Amino acid sequence: MDALGLAYLAAGIGAGIVAIAAGLGIGRIGGQAMEGTARQPEAANAIRTSMIISAALIEGVAFFGLIICFLLGLK
Amino acid sequence: MHWVEEAAKHAETAEEHSEGIGQYIMHHIQDSHEWNLFGYHIHLPEIKVTVPVINYSLDLSITVHTLMMWFAALFLILVFWLSFRKKRLIPTGFAGVLEAITLFVRDEIAIPNMGEKGGRQLTPFLATMFFFILTANLMGMIPLFATATGNISVTASLAIVTFLATQIYGMKQNGIIGYWKNLAPHGLPAPLYVIIVPIEILGLFTKPFALAMRLFANMMAGHTVILALLTLIIALGTLVIAPFSVGMALFISLLEILVAFIQAYIFTMLSALFIGMAMFPEH
Repeated sequence: MDALGLAYLAAGIGAGIVAIAAGLGIGRIGGQAMEGTARQPEAANAIRTSMIISAALIEGVAFFGLIICFLLGLK
Repeated sequence: MHWVEEAAKHAETAEEHSEGIGQYIMHHIQDSHEWNLFGYHIHLPEIKVTVPVINYSLDLSITVHTLMMWFAALFLILVFWLSFRKKRLIPTGFAGVLEAITLFVRDEIAIPNMGEKGGRQLTPFLATMFFFILTANLMGMIPLFATATGNISVTASLAIVTFLATQIYGMKQNGIIGYWKNLAPHGLPAPLYVIIVPIEILGLFTKPFALAMRLFANMMAGHTVILALLTLIIALGTLVIAPFSVGMALFISLLEILVAFIQAYIFTMLSALFIGMAMFPEH
């Protein structure tokens, strides 16, 4: 249970949790965007633009966690 | 159980190679003092300056990322100058594309966030940010070049410029004292101010920090994934994985090009949003 091994373990588990979280967030956004487009096909372009912006912002948060995992993995 | 022995053999090779591969990927992601061009290692000048009074040593050497930023800037200046040599009312050729993108920045990003007057005033700043970040991101996809925005210093500098622009334009619009008074809503009971004012001041700093981190992490992660996929061939020691590896790397490269555009747009849009919020606070 030395510190280095724990750091690597934390990096791996952290990266997995980050992937799950980003997937959940962006999947939800994508799903709601599909629903909105299905209800009103004329709004498809506006919905698509907002969806991509929201996806990029959620991914930004996911990358904060990823950077921490990188720093841990480089110890 | 032949495949078990094969897998075990490959796992051993992977372990031998992983140290070297980690170093290889880190070396390609990070800044470095020499530029590896077709096997020629071009050593770039190292300039270390010591500030006399406080004895603080600055590293002002020209590294690969600095060179890439200069290339991006020169490329942009060249492209815009060549496209707009003949001044016509309706531009033709590539000038039309550049004008369309600049109008997009003005009409979709600047004016909705900052009003007519402020939008037109700040469009040059936002368009410069957009084109520079886009060019720097896309230059990372060219084989022998590096991604300038994949360096936290570069993205932090861009975020600091946005931060300074926020403060300066906010103070210009609302007056120096008025801007700071507008940070917190008026007419709240006194104990709430003790909580809200530190949070608002902290919020002033976290927003540019998030801008810098988002751009940096997106660019660095993309290149790391591509390199990791390609070095998977070496790590596993067999050519069997090559079609899958190169195919995935191709897909991720295409995704990277899309992400380059999206991240440039997001950075510019959030900058416009923050400057607009500083100039015209809702409360």
